Amino acid sequence: MTRKRQRLYFVIAGLCALGVAAVLVLTAFEDSLVFFHSPSDLAEKPVPAGRTFRLGGLVEEGSVEKNGVIVSFRVTDMATSVPVTFKGLLPDLFREGQGVVTEGSLDEDGMFVASNVLAKHDENYMPPEVAESLKKSGHWQPEGAK
Amino acid sequence: MIAELGQFVLVLALVTALFQSTIPLIGAHQNNTAMMRFAGNAAFVQFAALTIAFICLTIGYVTSDFSILNVVNNSHSLKPMLYKVSGVWGNHEGSLLLWVWILALFGFAVAAFGRNLPGSLKARVLGIQGLIGVGFLMFVLFTSNPFERIDPAPLDGNGLNPLLQDPGLAFHPPFLYLGYVGLSVTFSFAVAALLEGRVDPAWARWVRPWTLAAWAFLTVGLALGSWWAYYELGWGGWWFWDPVENAAFMPWLAATALLHSAIVVEKRDALKNWTILLAIIAFSLSLLGTFLVRSGVLNSVHAFASDPARGVFILMFLIFVIGGSLLLYGIRAPAMKGGGLFAPISREGALVFNNLLLSTATATVLLGTLYPIFLDAFTGAKVSVGPPFFNSTFLPLAIPLVIAMAIGAFLPWKRGDLRGVLSRLKFALIAVLAIIGVTWWIVDDGPIMSFVGMGLFAWLFTGAFLEWAGRIKLFQAPTGAFKRMINLPRSAHGMTLAHMGVALVILGITASESWQSERLGIMTPGETVTVGGYEFLFKGAEAVAGPNYEALRGSFIASKNGGKGIEMWPEQRVYTDPPMETTEAAIRPMLTADLYVVIGDADGAGGFATRIYHKPFISWIWLGSFVMFLGGGLSLSDRRLRVGAPRIKQSADRPKQAALQGQS
Repeated sequence: MTRKRQRLYFVIAGLCALGVAAVLVLTAFEDSLVFFHSPSDLAEKPVPAGRTFRLGGLVEEGSVEKNGVIVSFRVTDMATSVPVTFKGLLPDLFREGQGVVTEGSLDEDGMFVASNVLAKHDENYMPPEVAESLKKSGHWQPEGAK
Repeated sequence: MIAELGQFVLVLALVTALFQSTIPLIGAHQNNTAMMRFAGNAAFVQFAALTIAFICLTIGYVTSDFSILNVVNNSHSLKPMLYKVSGVWGNHEGSLLLWVWILALFGFAVAAFGRNLPGSLKARVLGIQGLIGVGFLMFVLFTSNPFERIDPAPLDGNGLNPLLQDPGLAFHPPFLYLGYVGLSVTFSFAVAALLEGRVDPAWARWVRPWTLAAWAFLTVGLALGSWWAYYELGWGGWWFWDPVENAAFMPWLAATALLHSAIVVEKRDALKNWTILLAIIAFSLSLLGTFLVRSGVLNSVHAFASDPARGVFILMFLIFVIGGSLLLYGIRAPAMKGGGLFAPISREGALVFNNLLLSTATATVLLGTLYPIFLDAFTGAKVSVGPPFFNSTFLPLAIPLVIAMAIGAFLPWKRGDLRGVLSRLKFALIAVLAIIGVTWWIVDDGPIMSFVGMGLFAWLFTGAFLEWAGRIKLFQAPTGAFKRMINLPRSAHGMTLAHMGVALVILGITASESWQSERLGIMTPGETVTVGGYEFLFKGAEAVAGPNYEALRGSFIASKNGGKGIEMWPEQRVYTDPPMETTEAAIRPMLTADLYVVIGDADGAGGFATRIYHKPFISWIWLGSFVMFLGGGLSLSDRRLRVGAPRIKQSADRPKQAALQGQS
């Protein structure tokens, strides 16, 4: 075995690894990229039922209803709102009027079934996506939504 | 006074670092011994100055000195003492002070332990270390000064985020930083070697203990972080492939690869260029992690502040360090000649395979972490890349890696006999079949991946044990085995332990992900539910008051087959300063499974929302990590690796070691 051949093996092995990585990444991207939409985005450009995405905005005042461990509420960006149901324990800082990001998919009736309500870590935290969508709909208050 | 003293020593440290990063490098270039010697003294002064600065800030926190802005923002007079102290690094400014302090500590350690390093190499390593110090000290002083005053001083502070008031988290940052910053030493060694234009086995021998230490600390830091997420966040999970977790995981992957490739440089004088590149990449990933976490590009519990000026500064520094070192690499690396040749099936070949897979895995994690940021910057589209992406890219790379781990340890240097190795691993294969059979018999269900995972656990654990047993001839000649065990180099024991630790982590992940039981529902006092074979009796819930919070505390009794009851008290806390709610899960860790109970809101009709989990073997994730850390520590204590061990001795017993490795 010469040094040249050894280098050739290295190059081939490296290329194989790159190829495998590219295949893995591309196939994984195809079905695991999760897009973020605001309620207004949904009204403009509907997402087909069953496709997973993130829906973010404010929890509409007076919309939260609890039925056992199933919670339903509406997510709004002050222009449009979308009904959401979630089965589970809500994160600690879930409140009406506060920012929220939920992950799930729409069912046939246009109800967003959330599999996950993302936790926030402190009182004033506003998910950046939500802040941006509120800015777009013209309802952004810099101190957070209070 | 304390704040002014702290400020003064910070400036002193910066000035020292400036000298440390110039004079020794010039001295090494001109072969001026006095200038090179200066490096050690400068490293000591910098370390002393930063130690004083750190003590000053700690005094500020312990005495609740609310004339310091940083203390006001992050502390409160009613906070328990442990969290007053951990509050020092529980915020942006303080955590950066910890960063530079650890950096100076490592610089000092190189100066103190590296007595037998060649003068020019030592001067260059410390010079580069000083240069990194300059960057970070400027960052601290100009954008994130922990000693800024506030006038008038308020009566009390704003408190620390209650999620961070936790013993696990008190120690998570220091360990993680010891790992992150420990990689700066390998980086400095790599750049110094490029400046010297020489990499030899002695160089690898000096570098390896630092890599090993950084790796061991990173392992503990990651384990503590995931343990905290598991019991403090109350979601029942322990790893979320969150960008911030990835930011710490990527340097760990790179450090693992570096650890293994440095062995090839040390023993066989091959893979030099690659090892240098890997050392640069590993520290670059640490810097990238710091940038991602500290700049506010990512929003999470770690992003204490999002100040664009800070992000821009770190980004510039990142470009300077990574760009500069890669440029130097591009100029100098081609001149370095590779050493020993080897066949594809050999110890070296296995380590190359390890490095290929680990660096590919690092690259996919990096891509998944950065992709949303780039997509947002270029198209404005908001996406998130979550667990499905990482599971479907990382796992296919991890599985062959684990299979090869058991085989690689058996292979001799230069040329190996795969068939011979596999025949020695036949007991591992039997163990794999046995554990899959037993698992099938107990649970008779589960996704195919869960059986793959159990098989990998058995394969690696048995394989690591057989390799160790083979070295001491445990089965061939049991009488002398104990003596041979004592004489076996500690680094060999360390490798076995670390590999077994990985196997245990695989067991914990596989079992808890595959066979977890969960029940979510409203429970009324007196109700009993069965989860994972345990009966949980809900006795009721009451309001209780803590030192700085009020809580709703549920009371549960868990029992199995009418056995002794285990009392569990999950809480939902409302902290006053800052006002915030947290979930305190009640967890009963056991060797075979964890019981995990969370209590939620009252439903208004006498019931409470509850979530109960039974998680088989989950504790082994952290026990396994600890075993890996022990393996690293044991290997580090090997006298052949000890930084001060004389060089002549090392080269004298090298053939002997090679023979020892070869016969196993």
